[in-house]
Amino acid sequence: MNIDMILSSLPALFSGAWVTVQLVVLSLLLGFVLALAVAFGRLSSNRVIAGVTGAYVFLFRSTPLLVQIFLIYYGLGQFVGIRESFLWPVLREAYWCAIIALTLNTAAYTGEIMRGGIQAVPFGQIEAARALGMSRPLLYRRIVLPQALRTILPAYGNEMIQMVQATSLASAITLVELTGAARTIASRSFQPVEMFIIAGAIYLAMTFAITQGVRWAEKKTAAGA
Amino acid sequence: MLDLLRFGSEGWGDEIASGAVMTLLVALSAYLVGLIFGSGAAAAKLSGPAPLRWLAAAYTTVVRGVPALLVIWLLFFGGSGLVTWLATLFGYGGRVELSAFAVGVAAVGIVSGAYATEVIRGAVRAVPKGQLEAARALGMGRLLILRRILVPQALRYALPGLGNVWQMTLKDTTLVSVVSLAELMRQAYLGMQSTRQPFLFYVTAAILYMVMTTCSEALFRALSRRAERGVRRAAAN
Repeated sequence: MNIDMILSSLPALFSGAWVTVQLVVLSLLLGFVLALAVAFGRLSSNRVIAGVTGAYVFLFRSTPLLVQIFLIYYGLGQFVGIRESFLWPVLREAYWCAIIALTLNTAAYTGEIMRGGIQAVPFGQIEAARALGMSRPLLYRRIVLPQALRTILPAYGNEMIQMVQATSLASAITLVELTGAARTIASRSFQPVEMFIIAGAIYLAMTFAITQGVRWAEKKTAAGA
Repeated sequence: MLDLLRFGSEGWGDEIASGAVMTLLVALSAYLVGLIFGSGAAAAKLSGPAPLRWLAAAYTTVVRGVPALLVIWLLFFGGSGLVTWLATLFGYGGRVELSAFAVGVAAVGIVSGAYATEVIRGAVRAVPKGQLEAARALGMGRLLILRRILVPQALRYALPGLGNVWQMTLKDTTLVSVVSLAELMRQAYLGMQSTRQPFLFYVTAAILYMVMTTCSEALFRALSRRAERGVRRAAAN
């Protein structure tokens, strides 16, 4: 094993890992906000809203993420209307296409998790809040959402871990994140296996950090704590 | 524009169809590999000696913590070397090259197996101990208990989870396109390159994947219903 070779490749791997972290954090944040809208849309008594959000969830959960990424990166550019629109500077960049695809994908999965969490809040709680004269926004902010978020923590933790892994697909549209960096070095060097093992260790560290974070949050928010 | 999807030498219909068949072939083979790995690792975790337990724990922790794409690249670059080394242990001198199909099935199967392990382990643990004790009291042998008592009951608990693992495995096969195996994604990519109609080809691929995932969901739901026939449930009406 050539230690020098491995050491000299570390900066490239770390800068790839930094891109991975950006993709994960940005798409999780944007996805979380969108997921809230999706969950409320699915629960809406308005049939059109419920239908549209239901279709969105179905589309994004029943197709592979790679297809979604390619559709956004290659597919949209086919239309002259989009190439001439104000969106083109964004949709031309692989980086933003990856973030858009990852955001839309995680929002579909997270939206369903949130819907379950909201529905799991005991109805007596909502009745009690109403009896106290709480308005709807206040009821959601103080009673429903805090309890729903506590319920969904374990499932959302898994979704975050899935997202760390999902960002590796961005390498398929030329983005040099962690997997892309490892692959680029691997095809140039005579030590491809070592590169993937180091990249794997970095991914494991990220997964571990998320697991620990979720465990800490669960303890912090446990009922009666 | 839809002319491009015609069958025959003019259109891409037959190429896309053969890609879809290859996707199913990779998914089914990888799922089978995953079930074998998963059963083995679950058995090791449940009742294996300590070293095997550790090995199984390391397998599920590591594989579930890294992207499937990384596993594919690792096997693509390192798989042939590993198999060649194994072959020399058995006295074979030459170099062994792995096909893209073998790399894809092995990589997706390894990932599938890591997730299947937890599903199978949970399902086996959900079978009441009394059932196994009763079977032993009746003098049943280990294999008979496995076949008649444990597997039929564990399968019922495992089916929903195994359905999720199948959906994941099916979607993971898209990643095998990076090593140029002619499955659905790869064929769509080739079609896009020669016709410059990316939207058409990827929407077609998306629809085909949607059909596959929706049909398999219905299939697993039917299997679950069959496995649950005769089971009473609280609040059934």
